Amino acid sequence: MKNIGVIIELDKGRVKEANLGMITLARAKDVKLFAFVLDKQAISVKAVLESFGITTIVEICLAKDQQNNPATRAKAMINAIKKFNISMVFGLCTAMGKDFLPRMAALLDAPLVMDCFFVDLEQKTARTYQYSGKIIATIQLSGQTLLFGIRPNAIEPVKAQEKARILKFDSSHVFAGGLRVLKSGGAEKSTAINLAEADVIIAGGRGMKNSENFNILFQCASKINAAVGASRVAVDSGWVPYSMQVGQTGEKVSPKVYIACGISGSIQHFAGMKTSGMIIAINTDENASILSNCDYYVKKDALEIIPVLTRILDNG
Amino acid sequence: MQIYVCIKHVPDSAANISIIGKNSIDENVNFLLNPYDEHALTEAARIKNNLPGTEVIAVCLGKADAEKTLRSALAMGADRGILIAKEKNYDSRVTALALKAAIEHDGKPGLIFTGKESIDEGGMQTMFRIGALFDFPVATNVVKLDIEADRAVVVCELSGGITHTYEMSLPCVMGTGRGLNTPRYPTFPDVVKSKKKPVQKIAFTDLNIKASLAGMRVIELKPLYQARQPKEIKGDATVVAKELIRILKQEAKVL
Ligand SMILES: Cc1cc2nc3c(=O)[nH]c(=O)nc-3n(C[C@H](O)[C@H](O)[C@H](O)COP(=O)(O)OP(=O)(O)OC[C@H]3O[C@@H](n4cnc5c(N)ncnc54)[C@H](O)[C@@H]3O)c2cc1C
Repeated sequence: MKNIGVIIELDKGRVKEANLGMITLARAKDVKLFAFVLDKQAISVKAVLESFGITTIVEICLAKDQQNNPATRAKAMINAIKKFNISMVFGLCTAMGKDFLPRMAALLDAPLVMDCFFVDLEQKTARTYQYSGKIIATIQLSGQTLLFGIRPNAIEPVKAQEKARILKFDSSHVFAGGLRVLKSGGAEKSTAINLAEADVIIAGGRGMKNSENFNILFQCASKINAAVGASRVAVDSGWVPYSMQVGQTGEKVSPKVYIACGISGSIQHFAGMKTSGMIIAINTDENASILSNCDYYVKKDALEIIPVLTRILDNG
Repeated sequence: MQIYVCIKHVPDSAANISIIGKNSIDENVNFLLNPYDEHALTEAARIKNNLPGTEVIAVCLGKADAEKTLRSALAMGADRGILIAKEKNYDSRVTALALKAAIEHDGKPGLIFTGKESIDEGGMQTMFRIGALFDFPVATNVVKLDIEADRAVVVCELSGGITHTYEMSLPCVMGTGRGLNTPRYPTFPDVVKSKKKPVQKIAFTDLNIKASLAGMRVIELKPLYQARQPKEIKGDATVVAKELIRILKQEAKVL
């Protein structure tokens, strides 16, 4: 019997959708599944977690002024891993995970593979993309504790009803010296839905021509519950903030649908979105490389198509 | 103060990557300085400008040809370089051990920079491992940095444009992100000067890094082939929009 832990990421007290695929991946025969919740909300998420096969929920209780401190959270988490004899730890490769899982791996001196889209629990291997998404690498981990950062949306969630108990793990004494949080969660321009976790992304490139035209994308996005992304050209031109950039040097995303408007489909842009479920391109140039590497394309002006799409969606 | 900037020699993102054997790539492609490391070098040069007496040292664990990348770092403002020469590739755990050993052997770090990730393997963890080995605080994806007498105040960007502001005691380790600065590309005189700057070579094996059970090993590399079969949606804007809605509803099932 192996103990596997998943670190649950909450959003305003709710279990983020992306956790469910991760739990599905961590589930196996002869595995006891622990969920670690670093906020005092275990009770409110119990029903969801047990419907996906969690049998123990560990609520890690931190001192109030340490709750946002990633270094403290990592320290408390590794105490819990040791206490519950966890041999494999799963966390989401989200913004929070990127500032948290490597801290744990470093403190434990344990192996970690980030951005995994598959994990083989028996073989102790993880699969991830390398070289700008051109290569799939299979990486074997060895050691006492193995850590995996899972790409959001990479795995389809499947339910498996269990009953879970809740344990409290007091970590109010844990304190990380050296790093203090002065301000947490400031936003430049909140892009409503988080790119990395969105099911649908509508992205604009040079073809959007200016900052105002991005409102066309935001309006459409609000109708289909999508996040808005951008190419580097749109970011470098100052039309949208860098946080919206998709690609090699931007966000890596795997939505179910990626709608590219006025984006040519450079290698570097593809590095961030080629693992999307479906790619739809709207581009005026029939020679744009994205047209030969997508599922559907429209050879038209995106500034004409998108407003019509929004209007039809609006009228039901 | 001594600032160490850890840099990586990586294949150009536009290069075609082909696989040799089961788990290596053909390294006969153009290699260059990891793009995120350019921000680290630019920031180190900026700090040096404001703090006279600062020395910037670029450190690279790489094969012999990585000297070219180290020279680019010198052209971008580093005063000297250290090349830890390796013959094969190591995981980020061993990489951090090697960088730490070389830095410790060389001097007294006031700040250590890395890029927030490398564009080849994208491990996203070297800075944290270096920090843990030195017991220095760490922040990653730093997009704003102020160094004060005894502390660093950094703004780190998470996705969705959300930022956190941390205060760290010095020395500390930082993984630099793209918003931090605009890389200062070298001028011709910079390149000429860089050729004369000292580069010290150390053999990886001289660092006496102990073998460990814990680690990561690439066992297989495969090209990502995508068999997308593009289909054109034709018609006027209304027809196209209706068809898009049908696809989103019936095929992608996201509406
Ligand atoms: C190290 C490095 C890292 C990089 N990282 C990234 C990254 O992370 N992300 C990224 O995106 N890029 C990145 N790039 C840049 C990349 O190489 C391309 O320059 C960039 O992706 C091109 O953006 P684009 O598609 O918007 O612009 P273009 O290539 O100029 O394409 C614009 C497209 O829009 C079409 N168009 C114009 N008007 C319209 C209209 N009205 N309706 C429909 N279509 C229209 C045009 O036909 C054209 O195909 C990187 C480059 C380097 C060297």
